[in-house]
Amino acid sequence: MSEKFKSDSPLAFPGEVHPTPSGGVLVSKLDDVINWARSNSLWPLVFGTSCCAIEMMSTASAKYDWSRFGFEVARATPRQADVIIIAGTIVNKMGPVLKRLYDQMADPKYVIAMGACATSGGPFFYNTYSVVKGADHIIPVDVYVAGCPPRPEALINALILLQEKIKKGLTREQIREESKIEYQKAS
Amino acid sequence: MNKEELKIKLVELLPTTTFDESGEWLTINVTPADLPHAAEILRNKVELSFNYLFCQTCVDWKTHLTMVYHLESTQYRHQLVMKVQLDRNKPEVETVSHIWRTAEFNERETYEMFGVNFLNHPDLRLLILPDGWEGKNPMRKDFEDPVNMIKL
Repeated sequence: MSEKFKSDSPLAFPGEVHPTPSGGVLVSKLDDVINWARSNSLWPLVFGTSCCAIEMMSTASAKYDWSRFGFEVARATPRQADVIIIAGTIVNKMGPVLKRLYDQMADPKYVIAMGACATSGGPFFYNTYSVVKGADHIIPVDVYVAGCPPRPEALINALILLQEKIKKGLTREQIREESKIEYQKAS
Repeated sequence: MNKEELKIKLVELLPTTTFDESGEWLTINVTPADLPHAAEILRNKVELSFNYLFCQTCVDWKTHLTMVYHLESTQYRHQLVMKVQLDRNKPEVETVSHIWRTAEFNERETYEMFGVNFLNHPDLRLLILPDGWEGKNPMRKDFEDPVNMIKL
């Protein structure tokens, strides 16, 4: 008679609680617990190249307060950061710097492309000589956020989306495979 | 000196220049040949002493290029704009970097962005753009982005 405690909420702790007279026993998978722990303490890198950085700072400050979701401390060094939020335009000269920062981060590492410039070049997509048309030309991106710049709510949504992704514990290839299956089911 | 006094003084010192007072600042138009002489006077005449070149850039008018020099005297607080019209196919003008040191970098930027050749510049090479950009001037109106170009 195991009572299933597993909630549908992505923020719930993974596993099942088996009640016993003196309390309960939790049964879970270590991988799931690691992913749960990982997803709830993602430290972002201090990285902002233009106006999206202002919205990112706003998201970190008291009104929106991303520490509620575990993005507690923004780190000024890539060696201590888990997630890089590309907040702003990446120009050709910034490209190698971004790549180097990404390479210096310890695994597992995640990338959020915030705003139009980071996803596609945005307003600089046409007729420019200096802008990279999407940060995914340089490093792999996990979550894209639309907006110019996105509202803090949008960034928080993206961060929670990233948490869900981590909790699913799939590799990039598995996620791609899974989304294919979902697409086939839908069509 | 206010604009009127400045104009009277300049007519006296630089008789060949023409004036334009439609903008915020008093503007003088100088030919490329007269520029070294005019710059020298603006900088060194005690009553003018324009010792601060606070903006130096170029404008592409499609038919010609115009070099624009914004000058100020930190002593008298008067300001002046000097414009020099250049041939778009062979833009050449004498450097002013020996008069206003700040022009050294500004001219390097104008050189890479507009392709203006500054004669007697001490170190005329690219400032911001990566190596190999010589000849392609991104701030020219006819510059074409090789990747994603929309013609308007």
